[in-house]
Amino acid sequence: MTEEIIIAGFGGQGVLSMGKILAYSGIMQDQEVSWMPSYGPEMRGGTANVTVILSDDRISSPVLKKFDTAIILNQQSMDKFEADIKPGGTLLYDPNGITRHPERKDINIFKIPGAALAAEMGNPKTFNMIILGGFLNVKPIVKVENVKKGLEKSLPERHHKLIPLNIEAIQKGIDSVENVQVL
Amino acid sequence: MGDVRLMKGNEVIAEAAIRCGCDGYFGYPITPQSEIMETLMIRKPEDETGMVVLQAESEVAAINMVYGGASCGKKVMTSSSSPGISLKAEGITYLAGAELPALIVNIVRGGPGLGTIQPAQSDYFQAVKGGGHGDYKLIVLAPASVQEMNDFVDLGFELSFKYLNPAMILSDGVIGQMMEKVELSDYKPRWTDEEIEKISGSWATNGKKAGGERNISTSLDLDSAKQEVFNHKLQAKYRAMEENDVRFEKIACDDADYLFVAYGSSARICQKSVELAREKGIKVGLLRPITLFPYPTKQIQEMLGQVKGILSVEMSAGQMVEDVRLAVEGKVPVEHFGRYGGIIPTPEEVVEALEEKILGK
Repeated sequence: MTEEIIIAGFGGQGVLSMGKILAYSGIMQDQEVSWMPSYGPEMRGGTANVTVILSDDRISSPVLKKFDTAIILNQQSMDKFEADIKPGGTLLYDPNGITRHPERKDINIFKIPGAALAAEMGNPKTFNMIILGGFLNVKPIVKVENVKKGLEKSLPERHHKLIPLNIEAIQKGIDSVENVQVL
Repeated sequence: MGDVRLMKGNEVIAEAAIRCGCDGYFGYPITPQSEIMETLMIRKPEDETGMVVLQAESEVAAINMVYGGASCGKKVMTSSSSPGISLKAEGITYLAGAELPALIVNIVRGGPGLGTIQPAQSDYFQAVKGGGHGDYKLIVLAPASVQEMNDFVDLGFELSFKYLNPAMILSDGVIGQMMEKVELSDYKPRWTDEEIEKISGSWATNGKKAGGERNISTSLDLDSAKQEVFNHKLQAKYRAMEENDVRFEKIACDDADYLFVAYGSSARICQKSVELAREKGIKVGLLRPITLFPYPTKQIQEMLGQVKGILSVEMSAGQMVEDVRLAVEGKVPVEHFGRYGGIIPTPEEVVEALEEKILGK
């Protein structure tokens, strides 16, 4: 199994940390992982994206042009990455702020109202974990228990009290995916 | 399994330095390698192993602090990115001229000049052919994964003490900034004064022993006849490196009709290109030089009876391709493909270049 994923949105949405938690979860189930950010003179409000690969085998290129899954969290990223999903691949997006919805006919498309659900939970910081939950519904490549282990390993001890809230957000995401187009 | 983590290449360099018993790091910040010193400052190894971490006032100061530490037989290192390495070039050739072991890490960014902060491999000539003045060579290691960033810190020190010659880890912003799974090395204690005396007592400047000769650490000899003899000695050392310490990796070469030659992050991209090309029925393999000096010249030559053409892939306008051509001596076509100025090629682009430049499609 190899899953090549791009996560793209605004800086500050938790794109990079979501990728990191996904990668850590892969390690917890003995997979090879890579996490390649777009880095540069970027700032809050600018675009941010990260390529995450989980694989049972040695990973070749950490830099990719085509993806199995794109997780899209703003319009700029939709414009940039919709075309880069492999035929038969998967697009998961949050419709919040999206003015041009995806148009591809040869991919699976799912929606998750992450921003709205985070507001409902009263904590906008849970946004990226809701999205991660949505991804795990569509592509259950890592087990939630391994995400929990990943959080325990990657977060400093003083933040461990936040893990139950994050798991709750992931569960909410798992339960809130809407099918738009399934091949 | 040992201590497995998800870490950035740059962070791993710092962690590996602490764990391999490094005595001192002297640096000056520059993107995209600032996490090396940042991680060391956060880890405060002085409390744990006694390793000194110092932000010098400039790159020139940092490399001369390395010279000082190395002269005392200590395991010392510095790191920078391209423009900073240019500033350190004088110190690096002095280290080579004084036959001092040290580790220098270059997380390359696009140039020339201040250039960009994005990844590039345009410092190959500087690392392999000189950079500083005089007939000298560095041992140059090119990691292609975060795991190798860990492994090559220890290996770099090992080789630099074996040959009494500075070693360089030549990497770039791709490997430096990305995170991968890494199994960290076990801790090795720093050398005691007694161990340093045993390992390096014949040359380290740790004080004159009663009845013994003074050790002098210098790269100056005004007597040309002596300087030539010394240069012969250096050249013999470089030939010994070529004989004994070439490192490389071959991927999908057994049945290959064509060959990519690529190092570091380009080699990772080419691994994907090998997969994509083979899906199209093009039998291509990858030869990855791990040591850029000494270069795997013989290993490339061994492929010549088998492959019909070679594409050298680097994030530069074509530097390593010269060493590939020197190895091949015109026996098969050798072409270069590169993106540069901070642009990373995609695996698909590399396959297109192979088809266009080598297969003639």
